Amino acid sequence: MTHAPSQRQRERFAYRRRQAIRSVLLAALSTAVVGTLLAVGVTGAPGWPRVKQSFFDLDVAVEYFPSVLDGFWLNVRLFLVCAPVALALGLLIAVLRTLRGPVAFPVRVLAAGYTYSFRGLPLIIAIYLFAFGVPGLRLRGTPDVVVLGGAAIVITYGAYLAEVFRAGIESVHPSQVAAARSLGLSHRQAMRHVVLPQAVRRVTPPLLNDIVALQKDVGLISLAGPIDAIRAAQIGVAKSGNFTPYVVAAVLFILLALPLIAITDRVTLRAARAQNAGT
Amino acid sequence: MVSRFTPLLVGGVALALATVSACSPVDDDTTSGASPSATSDACPSGALGTVAAGKLTIGTDDPAYEPWFSDGKPANGQGFESAVAYQVAERLGYAKENVVWTSVTFNNAIAPGPKAFDFDINQFSITDERKQAVDFSSPYYLVRQTVITTKKSKIAGAKSLAELTGAKLGAQVGTTSYQAITDIIKPTTKPSVFNNNDDAKKALENGTVDGIVVDLPTAFYMTGAELKDGVIVGQLPQVGVPEQFGLVLDKGSKLTGCVSQAVDQLRGDGTLAVLEKTWLADSGAPELT
Repeated sequence: MTHAPSQRQRERFAYRRRQAIRSVLLAALSTAVVGTLLAVGVTGAPGWPRVKQSFFDLDVAVEYFPSVLDGFWLNVRLFLVCAPVALALGLLIAVLRTLRGPVAFPVRVLAAGYTYSFRGLPLIIAIYLFAFGVPGLRLRGTPDVVVLGGAAIVITYGAYLAEVFRAGIESVHPSQVAAARSLGLSHRQAMRHVVLPQAVRRVTPPLLNDIVALQKDVGLISLAGPIDAIRAAQIGVAKSGNFTPYVVAAVLFILLALPLIAITDRVTLRAARAQNAGT
Repeated sequence: MVSRFTPLLVGGVALALATVSACSPVDDDTTSGASPSATSDACPSGALGTVAAGKLTIGTDDPAYEPWFSDGKPANGQGFESAVAYQVAERLGYAKENVVWTSVTFNNAIAPGPKAFDFDINQFSITDERKQAVDFSSPYYLVRQTVITTKKSKIAGAKSLAELTGAKLGAQVGTTSYQAITDIIKPTTKPSVFNNNDDAKKALENGTVDGIVVDLPTAFYMTGAELKDGVIVGQLPQVGVPEQFGLVLDKGSKLTGCVSQAVDQLRGDGTLAVLEKTWLADSGAPELT
């Protein structure tokens, strides 16, 4: 026998549907009003024709799109390499910072010193130090400036990510470690099987947020000399006297960030739901 | 500038009118010597209304640097700008013994205000901002782009553009220098682009680029004063919109037309090209073709 909702239940469904349609319509109306106000506000500004001409010139955009895209490929590759390495470095540093016992004191100090200094050091200066300072040592086998600039990005973001990981690790209640140890797990095993899985899950949204920030900061590699999307756009701006190439680069960076931002939102939402389950 | 003074070449009454309009408003001045009369030559040879009667006073900064001057002595006629100055003097009818040099700092020369010189030669780029305060003659030099490197680099001995195509070159973003790489050298390796010339120079010192492109005055300065083991590989063919060097005169100077005319003649008869070759190309910055 198939389930047939009662009269009362069907009324509830209908009511919810009406409410849903009503809120969608209201949201659409409200968005339309805000959008119109924004559009009127911007396009009605006295300088709008000039801004439009110097930032949103389609011909200029088409002309410089290939070179900006070509440079953007460097940003994408750099991101794909830097993000996982920075995550690994951050996790390693976080674990080192949470080591217990007097023997590990120097390790803790070094790890803490690293996170303090590289979170304070502006990325631009880090890139200068790595891409111009390291080759200046004239050591044999000095890697390419792209690699050195990438290392600066990894080390800077590794420091941020380490602090996020550490926050996650310390949010796991000490009783869990105590329980794990009492079951006979070593400190390492307790970390590996009990603490870290929970820690990482808890801090995934802020981690992804830092990764999104890393994604756009790979554009600073241009300081070291290579022509990435931002530098290609800058060259286009210098040639055309029009700022549209920057907008082209901006759109590319946003498009690259969208999937990650979507994932971040979903993960955050899921974590919130899991947290509120049963209430 | 050139077209504005072209009427001076025509002569006659029209010329006199053109002179008046070109030089107005006319200040009260206490200069001695002949002023251009309406009936005779507007630029009487050796008898212009100069600062010191019968003498042509030329200003430049002290110290005066190579290769624009030689040994810091503008009066020896050696070096590109000294040679140009004497050629201009000769065209104006002032023999070498009637040329007086005076020391004027770069900033004083282009500041508004009375001048102690008839004209000043000191690598002044002609710009609209500076034209508000001073007069410029026709340009006597169009700045060229130049490849520089260090002695150890693989392109240190390059003689032609073809030998540079395999090199990793760098330049400052948005400059004619960068344009020279992409339009003239067309290297097979993508050039490096830097925020400024200091970054480019550092990359050259570090060996992360084989050579960098800068304008000729910067090339002489970097290889002479800043870079250890710096060498000029050579000058590139003219590209883009070059910077122009002009002689600086007092705003509204009566001599501007005559000086420009002299410079135009020097360019027209090839003298400037010869001087450029002698003092720039043959003394350390060969031509790359």
